[in-house]
Amino acid sequence: MSILYLIVQLGGERVALAAADVESVIEIDTLTPVPRAPAHISGLSALRSRVLTVMDCAKSLQLDKVDGSRTGGEAVVVTHDGHPYALLVDAVEDVVEATGEIAPIASNLAGGWSRAAQGMIEADNKLMLLLDIKILVAGPGVEALC
Amino acid sequence: MGPMDDLITEFIAETRDMLDALGGEIIAWEAAPADRSRLDEIFRFVHTVKGNCGFFDLPRIRGLSHAAENVLTDLRSGKRAADPALVSAVLAIIDRIGELVQELESGETLASGDDEQLIAALDQEAGETKGETAATTSMPSIRSNLRSIRLPVDLLDRVMSGVSDLVLARNELARCLRESGYGAGVEAAFDRVSATIGEIRDAITHTRMQRIDNLFATLPRLARDVADELGKKIALEIEGGDVELDREMIEMIRDPLTHIIRNAIDHGIEDEAVRREAGKPATGNIRIAASQAGNQILIEIADDGRGIDGDKLVARAMASGLLSQNQADRLSAAQRTALIFEPGLSTAGQVTAISGRGVGMDVVRANVERIGGLIDIDNRPGLGLRLTLRVPLTLTIIPALTVQLNGQSYAVPRSTIEEIVRVKGGAVAIESLGGSSIATIRGRRLPLVSLGAALGVTHQEATEDQCLIVLRPAGTGIYALAVDKVSDHEELVVKPAAPAVMATGLYGGTTLADDGRPILLLDPPGIAATAGIALEAGTFDTSFASTATAAPEADAKPALLFMSLCGVKRIVPLSAVERIEDVPSEAVQISAGRLHIALGDSILRLQGCGAEAAGRAIRILRLSDGINQVAYGIGDVVDIVPLGTDILPAATEGEVRGVTLIGGEQVEVLDLFHLFEGSATSEPEGARRICAIPAEDHWMETILGPVIESAGYRIVRAGDPGAEMADIHLVNSDEISVKPCIKSGRVVKICSDPEKTAGDAIHRYDRSALLDALADTASGRKSRA
Repeated sequence: MSILYLIVQLGGERVALAAADVESVIEIDTLTPVPRAPAHISGLSALRSRVLTVMDCAKSLQLDKVDGSRTGGEAVVVTHDGHPYALLVDAVEDVVEATGEIAPIASNLAGGWSRAAQGMIEADNKLMLLLDIKILVAGPGVEALC
Repeated sequence: MGPMDDLITEFIAETRDMLDALGGEIIAWEAAPADRSRLDEIFRFVHTVKGNCGFFDLPRIRGLSHAAENVLTDLRSGKRAADPALVSAVLAIIDRIGELVQELESGETLASGDDEQLIAALDQEAGETKGETAATTSMPSIRSNLRSIRLPVDLLDRVMSGVSDLVLARNELARCLRESGYGAGVEAAFDRVSATIGEIRDAITHTRMQRIDNLFATLPRLARDVADELGKKIALEIEGGDVELDREMIEMIRDPLTHIIRNAIDHGIEDEAVRREAGKPATGNIRIAASQAGNQILIEIADDGRGIDGDKLVARAMASGLLSQNQADRLSAAQRTALIFEPGLSTAGQVTAISGRGVGMDVVRANVERIGGLIDIDNRPGLGLRLTLRVPLTLTIIPALTVQLNGQSYAVPRSTIEEIVRVKGGAVAIESLGGSSIATIRGRRLPLVSLGAALGVTHQEATEDQCLIVLRPAGTGIYALAVDKVSDHEELVVKPAAPAVMATGLYGGTTLADDGRPILLLDPPGIAATAGIALEAGTFDTSFASTATAAPEADAKPALLFMSLCGVKRIVPLSAVERIEDVPSEAVQISAGRLHIALGDSILRLQGCGAEAAGRAIRILRLSDGINQVAYGIGDVVDIVPLGTDILPAATEGEVRGVTLIGGEQVEVLDLFHLFEGSATSEPEGARRICAIPAEDHWMETILGPVIESAGYRIVRAGDPGAEMADIHLVNSDEISVKPCIKSGRVVKICSDPEKTAGDAIHRYDRSALLDALADTASGRKSRA
């Protein structure tokens, strides 16, 4: 069975998100900050009449390379638990079709990747991590929720 | 809509429901005319229709149903046998009733008046007229002009979000037009579009709102059933049914609320013997009250039962391995009580059929939290338990004040705002005391919170526009919040924010400003808590809380300053103001010789304006003296200010009691006594005579109810508290087997068959005999007994 995945760039890697969970891809330019919110929440943005909570995925995964907080860029819109979110990524590439199974990860992943990775998929003849949107939304400290 | 219109609507809806339900029966009866149970169903229908329409002026429906009833009675008693012609004739009558009801609803008149022919067809012997009867059987052709339809909430959501988009698009268009410049013609057209969009938005918002009554209406029955099953006596008090809340939200809290009430009766209220021993009345009391506090709806469920046994909970938690001895020892009383929300812990000695079905308070809490709500628990071991559900008003429009901090906008629910003062105005002194700040406003000292500090946002001190907002969140203390600037009053559509944002405890939700940017709605109690200000917590008795936070200025009470319709500034004590409402033009009428307005299902006397106000949209203050309400028409609300006792009396008695000085201006003070004098529309409950009716009698409640009430009675259902002490008991003599529990008062038998009115029974449509019977009891005579 073939499944569609959205390929995005995050922390210098190409990773996959299940396309079925993705509503749209948008460009975020202005953000309303949310003081005292967890670090992985960049702010709020409006998509038509909905208020999106914008999550900085690099912060959700606690990737080392992140410096300062992102205030814009390409974001993937998802709905989790009834609330709409925009997941800020480095870049959005394309939707690809992958035919294989989701394979268990064959090596030890660094830091935040290990929390968010659901498995590996093969697309475009390359291996990619499949990330769990739930973890990206929940951010660090998610252990308590799982 | 008058009460009679309501009744007609009810009658139409009921008849239509029955017709819908009957559809299958009719077809089945046609196939098997000898089928007794089908026959009974159809008989019941015409019988009920006949009964119901007896109270309206509907001679055609009455005639038709009466004729059909007679024939069906013959069929049931075996005097006549059903044959296809007769079946067709009866069906033709039922169809005609359907058409007439349809006509009643749509307001059209049905041209054909051949009812006589239909009735005559009933009496013709089989075989006499075959062709004719068949021809009269016609289904209602058009179902037009229905007054109500069912819609999925989903669809409303889509419309709502479409309208919100439309508003934003309009705003953008307005900006474009302003920048590019446009002629007067464009401006007028745009204004019209703009106004129409505003109206649509209002309308669609209202479609989603529902009175919480709709949820509460089912509770007395539920409580009664549960109490009966457990052999307990419960008195259920319900308040605040006119609070409005999102339809979907009502559905979402239905289950948690039901469960809490079951729990309260099952686990909370003790058995009668135990209660007596504890010195409590034998009847357990459960009070349910809804109120609106800012952007939240509070639903309180308080019982006078045994409360939660914290020790027992701790013991169970330890037994199930949830707590160690060490942890248990360190729990506060509140934490012990909160264990009730842990999965798998129930304090009931035994699992019962009522609440021991594996659904515990943990599920209740999860359900409430899923919709962005909270449950507060106030436990008085041995005395009772009070649970407060706080649920957000999603998708409801709340009035808010937008403020600026560090260039960002935030919204503050207007209901929590007591006053706004400019720091530079000279009325405020700010002092620093041991790291905290105190603002002194007109001699009143208030804890001061800097919004910038509370939100952890750095910002410059005291700008020219800096303002203090004096906040008094519901049920807590009062404090002043410093913001950079106050921008605007707006009506905002508030939605709950993402859980991670709500978890900060600072925000009540998110909303979109008119320019399409998201704004955070501040949560005043949450901000106070973050800033470390100890607000007085709500206490078991709310009246206590209000005395504890009384204004420090001696004898000065907060009062509402407003512009009267005659253009004079007037003031009224805030404690008498229930709420401020905008009333649509059709609700304002001169009836019974004076101005009245219709609000929900009550009618209030309207004062403060002359007869010219009739038929105009108007803003009113709903004033209450605790029992009665009156409406007072006003122009604009100016401010909330303290009102002292320094009042010069007026020259003549009238709606103005005197004049006082507010900010150097003369302001007229309303005379509440005068306003309420003679407005006692309802006598105190206890003074009214009580009429008990059977518990499950829809006809008596709906059709006869208004007649009983207009004769000066209060209606209680048999089985409800106080029913056995009623002054008059109406019983249905058709169901003599049901013996009501009667301790005093007189019994009036009502029967549905005019032939069986022998003895003391009264036919249900004999209005004059009914009124006589009610009047007899009212005047204390017992002549008919």
